[in-house]
Amino acid sequence: MSITYLEAIREAQYEALREDPSVFLYGQDIATFGGAFKATKNLSKEFPNRVFDAPISEDAMVGMAIGAAVEGARPIIEMQFADFSSIGFNQIVNQAATLYWRTNVPCPITIRLPSGGTAGSGPFHSQSMEAIYAHYPGLVIVTPATVEDAYWMLLDSVKLNDPVIFCEHKFLYYHLKADQIGDRELPIGKARIARPGRHATIVTYSAMVHEALRAAEELQLDGYQIEVVDLRSVKPMDTDTILASVARTGRLLALGEAFPWGGVTAEIIARVTTDGFHLLDAPPMRLNSKDTPIPYHPNLWKSHRPTTSTIAAALRRLLRN
Amino acid sequence: MLLSRVLEEKLGSLYRAGGRIVGGVYLGKGQEAFSAALGVQLRKGRDIYGPLIRDQAGRIAFGEPIIDTVRTYLGAVTGPMRGRDGNIHRGRPKEGHMAMISHLGSLLSVVAGGLFARRLAGTLADSIGATSIGDGGTSTGAFHEGLNMAAVEKLPIIVSIANNQYAYSTPNTRQYACENLVDRAAGYGIEGMTVDATDLASCLKAFRMAAAKARAGSGPQMIVGTLLRLAGHGEHDDASYIPDTKRQDPSARDCLQVAEDFARDHGWLSSAELRELNEEVRRNVDQTVSKVSKEPAPDPFKENWQALSCAELVEGQHEA
Ligand SMILES: Cc1ncc(C[n+]2csc(CCOP(=O)(O)OP(=O)(O)O)c2C)c(N)n1
Ligand SMILES: [Mg+2]
Repeated sequence: MSITYLEAIREAQYEALREDPSVFLYGQDIATFGGAFKATKNLSKEFPNRVFDAPISEDAMVGMAIGAAVEGARPIIEMQFADFSSIGFNQIVNQAATLYWRTNVPCPITIRLPSGGTAGSGPFHSQSMEAIYAHYPGLVIVTPATVEDAYWMLLDSVKLNDPVIFCEHKFLYYHLKADQIGDRELPIGKARIARPGRHATIVTYSAMVHEALRAAEELQLDGYQIEVVDLRSVKPMDTDTILASVARTGRLLALGEAFPWGGVTAEIIARVTTDGFHLLDAPPMRLNSKDTPIPYHPNLWKSHRPTTSTIAAALRRLLRN
Repeated sequence: MLLSRVLEEKLGSLYRAGGRIVGGVYLGKGQEAFSAALGVQLRKGRDIYGPLIRDQAGRIAFGEPIIDTVRTYLGAVTGPMRGRDGNIHRGRPKEGHMAMISHLGSLLSVVAGGLFARRLAGTLADSIGATSIGDGGTSTGAFHEGLNMAAVEKLPIIVSIANNQYAYSTPNTRQYACENLVDRAAGYGIEGMTVDATDLASCLKAFRMAAAKARAGSGPQMIVGTLLRLAGHGEHDDASYIPDTKRQDPSARDCLQVAEDFARDHGWLSSAELRELNEEVRRNVDQTVSKVSKEPAPDPFKENWQALSCAELVEGQHEA
């Protein structure tokens, strides 16, 4: 038996609904239909009156979740695609993110964003929104890269008394499988060493963890041992684990699938250069997507985002410095 | 109504005197009847209220003590917003008084969500929600999304639209193209009615009916009140863009005057009693302001600067 990343997300929601009667699910096409990706398959059958179809109103969906949270509910909102959360942006960053600070009333909502690129999805079904939301105080941004994290971090997110933006990567939905869901290992806020090494560190998150691991394999053939740090949550960002890794390797590549301006990779570099400049043996590097909208055709799409070979090439440059 | 007017006049004079109030002052002058008529239908602790800019009167009617208003305007650390937010951006969500953010239209879905959660939890009983908006705010996507959603869920919510004919300086002709805003109710599949918002008796009747219908399960109720904003958008604004002819219109009547005349004409209150009432209210307001003036301002060194309730997830300062 094996379980996919997507199934883990479904299972986590099943478990959240089972454990806590104040949890409910709200999103477009998620009830009888089971969601555009089937992340809520059968949940409306198993939990009648806890899983609801929403109108195409991302602003109102988030607003309603906030009001429900004030009343003690723990809603999980499914955005059909992360890209459409831009319509709910105001409610997320201005209403949900400020509620606790302004009024002392916590806002335990979880917003699931099916994120990132898959071939053929084009400019509006491929975006990575984590940096946008991480910019705003009052939100927790998680970016699971493994089946286990998809499961446990979603359950943890629902239990958290603050708004969580749960960035689940669509590329991993079907591709990524585990034999079973293991024990819960790390809490939200702690990064994981996905692969130990000593010549250079890649700090990354979400689907890029797997590209990074493949690039590390490739460099192994040249005799280099590359450490890969999976951030797991981009906010909070586990700076201690990043710095400890750079202390071991002296070299840093910050890797992300999102657009290059600002964002998570820039934040990683900023933190390492301000808090750990003395640890660096070479200038740190960044690798992101290109600075254009995300293209539709697979040929273009593959060159738009970092891949195993562009990551390996970047590592070679980094190691030459 | 009277308390609201007197309190707001005090806030206006504090603003003009300078020093005490940082930021703007936004008054509900002329809208007290419409606002209070909704507020009195609601029961604090059981109903959910999402007031907006010009709802000082409605907030008082709902049960907000005026000291919350004064503390928020003065930024006192003792107030519900503790200096973290100011003026009209205040509330106590756990008591059903939602704290508006600035972004117009975005409170409707929040109030709806509270009702939705109660229905799920089986605690809705006969509680209702209510929220206000202006003519301008009805043009937002958030308002549309929220009202449509509330209608789909058939939630017991009153949506009160104070059509004061201007959004800041923008006249209604530049705001919407339908004949009357209440025509939109049909489009949402909800009930709606208009009311002369300068007349307290009509307002009370309309909101009483709307509340009863909402409690009885008839879904969202839209009430559009016609009036004119009798103050500037804020106290910084002289509203010179409102032509004098507009001010002769029946919609420009002062609802407080109308209500006082009504009470006098019906022999409910004599002129002397009204004067006395006025004096009493003024003393109350002055005492409240002077009490709050002595209260501590927020101290940046005591502020915890944490935007998350889970302290373990708050990041350290990563500055050089
Ligand atoms: C979404 C949004 N855009 C702009 C503003 C700035 N703003 C604050 S009040 C206001 C006018 C509101 O007019 P109306 O809704 O008619 O209410 P009124 O002030 O007349 O009571 C504007 C434009 C805002 N608060 N929210
Ligand atoms: Mg207006």
